[in-house]
Amino acid sequence: MTITNYKSRITRFFFYLCLSVFICGQISFVHAQNDGSQQNQTGKAGIFAITNARIVTVSGAVIENGTVVVQNGKIAAVGASVSIPGGAELIEARGLSVYPGMIDAGTNLGLTEIGLGVPGSVDTAEGGEMNANAKAILGINPHSTHVNVTRVNGITTVMSLPTGGIISGQSAVINLNGSTQSEMALIPTYGLVINFPRITTFSGFNPFANTQPVDFNEAVKQRDKRLDDLKTLFKTSENYGKVQDAFAKDKSLPYPSKDIKMEAMIPYVRGEKPIVFVAERERDIRAVVKFVEQMKVKGVIIGGQEAWKVADGLKKNNISVIYKNIYNLPVQDDDAYDYLFSAPAKMQQAGIRFCISTGDSGPEIRDLPYHAGSAGAYGLSKEEALKSVTLYPAQILGLSDRIGSIDTGKIANLVIADGDILEPRTNVKYVFINGRMLPLTSRHTDLFEQFKDRK
Amino acid sequence: MKKFTAFFLLQILLLTAFNFAVFGQTKKEVLIRNATVITAIHGNLENTDILIQNGKIARIGKNLKAASNTQVIDASGKFVTPGIIDCHSHAMMDGSVNEFSYSVTSMVTTRDILNPTDISIYRALAGGVTAANLLHGSANSIGGQNTVVKFKYGRAVEDFPVADAPPGIKFALGENPKQTNQPTQPGRTPRYPRTRMGVMETIRDAFLRARDYRRALDDYRAKVDKKDKTAVAPRRELELEPLVEILEGKRLVHSHGYRSDELLNVLLLADEFGFRVATLQHALEAYKIAPEIAKRGTGVSIFTDSWGYKLEAFDAIPYNAYILWKNGVNVSINSDSEERIRRLNLDAAKVEKYGGVPEEEALKMITLNPAKQLGIDKRTGSIEQGKDADIVIWNAHPFSVYARADMTMIEGEVFFDRAKDLANRDALQRERETLEKLDINRPPGSGGTAPKIPSEKRQADRDEAVGDGGNH
Repeated sequence: MTITNYKSRITRFFFYLCLSVFICGQISFVHAQNDGSQQNQTGKAGIFAITNARIVTVSGAVIENGTVVVQNGKIAAVGASVSIPGGAELIEARGLSVYPGMIDAGTNLGLTEIGLGVPGSVDTAEGGEMNANAKAILGINPHSTHVNVTRVNGITTVMSLPTGGIISGQSAVINLNGSTQSEMALIPTYGLVINFPRITTFSGFNPFANTQPVDFNEAVKQRDKRLDDLKTLFKTSENYGKVQDAFAKDKSLPYPSKDIKMEAMIPYVRGEKPIVFVAERERDIRAVVKFVEQMKVKGVIIGGQEAWKVADGLKKNNISVIYKNIYNLPVQDDDAYDYLFSAPAKMQQAGIRFCISTGDSGPEIRDLPYHAGSAGAYGLSKEEALKSVTLYPAQILGLSDRIGSIDTGKIANLVIADGDILEPRTNVKYVFINGRMLPLTSRHTDLFEQFKDRK
Repeated sequence: MKKFTAFFLLQILLLTAFNFAVFGQTKKEVLIRNATVITAIHGNLENTDILIQNGKIARIGKNLKAASNTQVIDASGKFVTPGIIDCHSHAMMDGSVNEFSYSVTSMVTTRDILNPTDISIYRALAGGVTAANLLHGSANSIGGQNTVVKFKYGRAVEDFPVADAPPGIKFALGENPKQTNQPTQPGRTPRYPRTRMGVMETIRDAFLRARDYRRALDDYRAKVDKKDKTAVAPRRELELEPLVEILEGKRLVHSHGYRSDELLNVLLLADEFGFRVATLQHALEAYKIAPEIAKRGTGVSIFTDSWGYKLEAFDAIPYNAYILWKNGVNVSINSDSEERIRRLNLDAAKVEKYGGVPEEEALKMITLNPAKQLGIDKRTGSIEQGKDADIVIWNAHPFSVYARADMTMIEGEVFFDRAKDLANRDALQRERETLEKLDINRPPGSGGTAPKIPSEKRQADRDEAVGDGGNH
């Protein structure tokens, strides 16, 4: 064996090694499309029959006394009288209600542990303005304390979004159980997050410097510039995609070099995957609608304070709203005191597809049911309020065939509670994610146990 | 006789005018009829009336009689609670809530920066809040003096402070007075203290100086009493005067802190100088030292379940209220936020869920307990005969997420009325549109003269968010 031969063998070995790693990577990416059958480590797997329960299916009528069967991670059966498979663990739920797990489509869960003073635990915003290739799923800490704290209050699925620059990156939809990012992922890359350029005269708060607001005309110019940059990037990415496609068909063409950022833009500029536009006020939402029309892309609004004022444009372009302003103050002093509490009811009346989100980075996502309930206090019906944190976010995320209601065949993300799940006095008794019964423990219950009897 | 009658009538007229001028307006008798009254002290009373005379709760009972000119409010199917009291707020404080320059700024007072037209007052009323403890920020080891107010929105600023509330002051421990979460500005020297060690020594140093000042004052008073002509008054020390009041038990200390060690250290320091800390504010880890707090009779004013927003908030648990309550500590739930202040009723509801505090005890945490902590419980905090008629009427049980405040009154006077608010909206909208059409308000693109610097109003949610420079 000559040395050259030996070298080439090693080279070939490495080639095959790389190839198999690549293939495995592809497979694991497929696996990342969590189908619910996957057996995550935490919690207890098995066949469960929740009996004598009040079943709030959300998709259909409430079943006052029925059974839900959980098997292979899925809802195997639901109804007033269903047969219970042998070997099922019975959960007597008389006096309790079963709900689908709640979904918060507007968080940064897992991307930040402690927001202030611990920058090492914060992975929300990449440097620079255009980061289409940044993927939230690769920054999410599956072992964040926020995972347990959130799910024990009945929230089983969240979308986690990056936040920085103009194009922040791609959001991920995750179930709140799993030892790895791919075990958690329902949709590893759901949408491209864009902080839609807006006119802002605020130049940052600094107690030590006399910061002056930017002149209004100057602010308009700055917005126009950012919007132009964005449109240029869209056009360039579209052309980039065309060139790549052309080369794929005809290898005699000059080789077009790869660009990691533009590569990431392709499915979005082609309207194949949704773009999540951060926009709050009427002016900005109208601008997003115009952008979606012009660029022929698929859009979702996150924020959406005044979305109800742009109903026609949003409906015409099939743009949904992830509303995250229940716990925010009205921007203008003369806005009605309940301006942001009542916006979901107004969206519902206007026929806009919406869901309610906390918009929180982690600690207070567990308040999601109360956000929905407060919309219920100001005009939204209780049924709609519940849908706004279950079925509606599932629909907006394109997951309504898998989560968001209690129907046979869906992923068994279930919550059993002793009352209306949107009420702050209601106690969560059981949580299932992917059909696994999870312990109702968190950092908070651990510390409670440690100190509750200290004398 | 005619002359006499005319004189008599004139007298009545003058007296009425006098009354009107002096008392603002004559107070009508008000009768709230047929409500579920949640007293926050004597349980819940079904189908009960409350009669209000001269701004006070005159009678509580069934089928109360009303005079013909009494304003009757039908509250059938509704719930009545005492007005909510927020023991930690910066609402209506105009500008920075922190006098950043020194770490001991006991000479300043929040009374000097109150804005009675702040819209957050109205929004708080719409959440059922009638009174608040307006505290200096937490940038300083010893911050400024507080103001206890009732939210009499629409009145002049001097009508807001509760006249007989004992004076108080803010202390702060931990990350905020250390100022280590903010980068030091270029060209500036970091302010002392930079550690929890330094914070405690800063407070101790101030009290040593205050004790000397008190001795000088006492010597002077003694000499004056003895008619000693050589008596010379010590120079007034505005920084130390409030601290002397603390030593004399005349001023309440509200100490912001998070970690159990720093909370215990300020209690020990108070032991050392012979005063009692009135409340530990935030006190997210108070549950770790509940017996030590209970022993000293110190109150604790907390968030129900905020946590994790900074390192010293990472051990916060929503069971804090329960553990403290079980140990016999007076617990109140505060907002420290113009946003959160609107939903303190739901924050109180949560302590039933986390640990199982009984309903009335949970309600006390936003009514009677903060009133006690602020020393105003003789006049407000519960629905009892003789107390100020600070009352909220809700459309549902206030611990339900679907509940709304329909009416909020202070001393029998309505300061928030949802029905009126709704009725006024069209008129306000028209006024807004008219104003927007004025040249000054038209965008430059359509030929108007733009205002030079439009501002985007930032609202502070929690102290460190914006506008008040790393408080909380």
